[in-house]
Amino acid sequence: MNLIELKDIHKTYHLGEIDVPVLKGVSLSIAQGEMIALMGSSGSGKTTLMNLLGCLDHPTSGEYWLDGEEISKMSYAARAQIRNRKIGFVFQSFNLLPRTSALDQVMMPLEYTARELPRSEQIGMARKLLEMVGLGNRLDHEPSQLSGGQQQRIAIARALVNRPPLLLADEPTGNLDSQTTVEILQMFRRLNDEEGITVILVTHENEVAAEAKRIIRMKDGRIENGAFVPDMQFAAAS
Amino acid sequence: MRSLLRTFRTALRAIRRNILRSGLTTLGIIIGVGAVIAMEEIGQGSSTAIQKTIQSMGANTLLVQPGTASSGGVSFGSGSITTLTPQDAEAILRECSAVSAAAPIARVRAQVVYGNRNWVPTYIYGSTPAFLTVREWEELEQGEPFTDRDVRNGASVCLLGQTLVRQLFGDESPIGKEIRVQNVSLKVIGVLGRKGANMMGVDQDDIVLAPWTTIKFRVAGSSATTSNQSAAVVGDPNQKVNSLNDRYPAQQTGLYLTPSASQLANTPQPIRFTNVDQILVQAKSDLDIPVAVRQITDLLHDRHNIRPGQPNDFNVRDMTELSKAMSSTSDLMSGLLLCVAMISLAVGGVGIMNIMLVSVTERTREIGLRMAVGANSSDILRQFLMEAIVLCLFGGAMGIVAGEGASWAVNFFLGWPTELSLRAIFAAVGVSVAVGVIFGFYPAWRASKLDPIEALRYE
Repeated sequence: MNLIELKDIHKTYHLGEIDVPVLKGVSLSIAQGEMIALMGSSGSGKTTLMNLLGCLDHPTSGEYWLDGEEISKMSYAARAQIRNRKIGFVFQSFNLLPRTSALDQVMMPLEYTARELPRSEQIGMARKLLEMVGLGNRLDHEPSQLSGGQQQRIAIARALVNRPPLLLADEPTGNLDSQTTVEILQMFRRLNDEEGITVILVTHENEVAAEAKRIIRMKDGRIENGAFVPDMQFAAAS
Repeated sequence: MRSLLRTFRTALRAIRRNILRSGLTTLGIIIGVGAVIAMEEIGQGSSTAIQKTIQSMGANTLLVQPGTASSGGVSFGSGSITTLTPQDAEAILRECSAVSAAAPIARVRAQVVYGNRNWVPTYIYGSTPAFLTVREWEELEQGEPFTDRDVRNGASVCLLGQTLVRQLFGDESPIGKEIRVQNVSLKVIGVLGRKGANMMGVDQDDIVLAPWTTIKFRVAGSSATTSNQSAAVVGDPNQKVNSLNDRYPAQQTGLYLTPSASQLANTPQPIRFTNVDQILVQAKSDLDIPVAVRQITDLLHDRHNIRPGQPNDFNVRDMTELSKAMSSTSDLMSGLLLCVAMISLAVGGVGIMNIMLVSVTERTREIGLRMAVGANSSDILRQFLMEAIVLCLFGGAMGIVAGEGASWAVNFFLGWPTELSLRAIFAAVGVSVAVGVIFGFYPAWRASKLDPIEALRYE
């Protein structure tokens, strides 16, 4: 059973009178524990695919199975639940809350999942994650006091606080210098190796993509190559 | 409960993140609520002061008068029969719960003499100390009022109104002097405060006030046959020679033979009870007037043995004009205050809505992020609504402090009367929460309807 299964996904935007087809029949599958780079030039539909994978949007037609659940027909609220439990997001621009301590940033998603959890336990969870990403001594710092790499690490900790099986990173290194890019990518790598979290990186940088175990390339709303889970021997060999 | 607490805490954090803007937002509510409370308290204070003034004009006094005598279909008008007794007054005070004071009044019209001056005052009233209470006239210019004991003893004492003092004494102090009414000398023990003319233009300071027993038995007793003093003087030359020491009225010349004791026993005369001319009653408040009228009517029905269907031998008058003035004053006052309150709170509410809308726009990405990590629209709605409510509650609390401070300052520095108004405080807090919900709902609703994809990409 694959973690993600897309079957002939179409997505068409209606801009007034004109229909703009963005995804024209995408099928792909991703297994648990993979680390994937989603590449493509701008306008290829990778952001739209990303939004669909992240359950932020629903396809015009086709099926999307995530962890054994069919997402595409789900209601808005149900998709919010799925996002909360199954997916962690990391963004290019970090999207941290301004003037909020690192600890509170990481605890924020718990407001929607673990309401009944005592606050002390929530703090414990957040602290452990921040220590894991190497910010154990920066718990009270606000974003403006931290470097870009540190901010992105907070964002990663925040994405992991609900223990999702899937981590979606939308150009996570787009705003970082090459040194921190390497650090962040290593962190994704480690999460993938040690925690078994499935990571999908959207990027257009080849160096970033090179860190992934599989590259999915998109062009004109279709997948050019790498759509399906390679068999295990092949994956082991690469 | 815990999730509510958590939402509350999140709202507090969000507010703290932008403390200046939140402060400015709440300023609208602070001023609004503060204005409401200050206005309400100052208004209440002045309203009470005005009502007190009107009350002192006699708005909640009732006048019980004897009924009309009629003969062969000709009515002689109110007061033409004598049916009221001092005991009626006592019973009214004792048995009518809506009555706070009752004073019997005996009237006489006579000349008052002091030294070589004389004057016929508008009022020579005999009453009890309760009269001063009912008329809100307890503050004497000089001296002391007479007491219940003076009333029991029929003491020859009196209080004078200011007009009378001016006419009889000029600049002299009247205290301790003796004036003569119908050849009865009364010692002046006090001077009443200035009251001025009443609504009909009659000078209320033109008054001699004495115990009713004194007026009834000493002063009026001497003029039982005639109220025309000059005629009495002419008719009885003995009276011209008056001695100041003769405290009791001169004997009338008997027209009939004095009956002997046995004759009296054989033909018992109906003993005439002591009557009074009016009973002045004070209701507990202007609202109690209708109740008081009903209670007095029932009581006097009982005491006077009036069967159902029989006409009353008394009537009860209230000061409708004054009580109307009073209620319209307080109505106007509260209406005015309500207007001011509504305006200032609406302004404050619009301010809150404005800032919340700005806040929603500014925090679009935050909303997108929260949605991405799994908040659904009701979570977002609740969060922004909670922020608005917290702002308003905070503003309301500050407003209470500001309003109380303002009303205290007005009281302290300007000396205006103010009254602590719990009603205003509860209303202000209630309204500020309502304002938060009403004006916070639209921005919160807009935030909850944001598309997470758009919101995340928003610059």
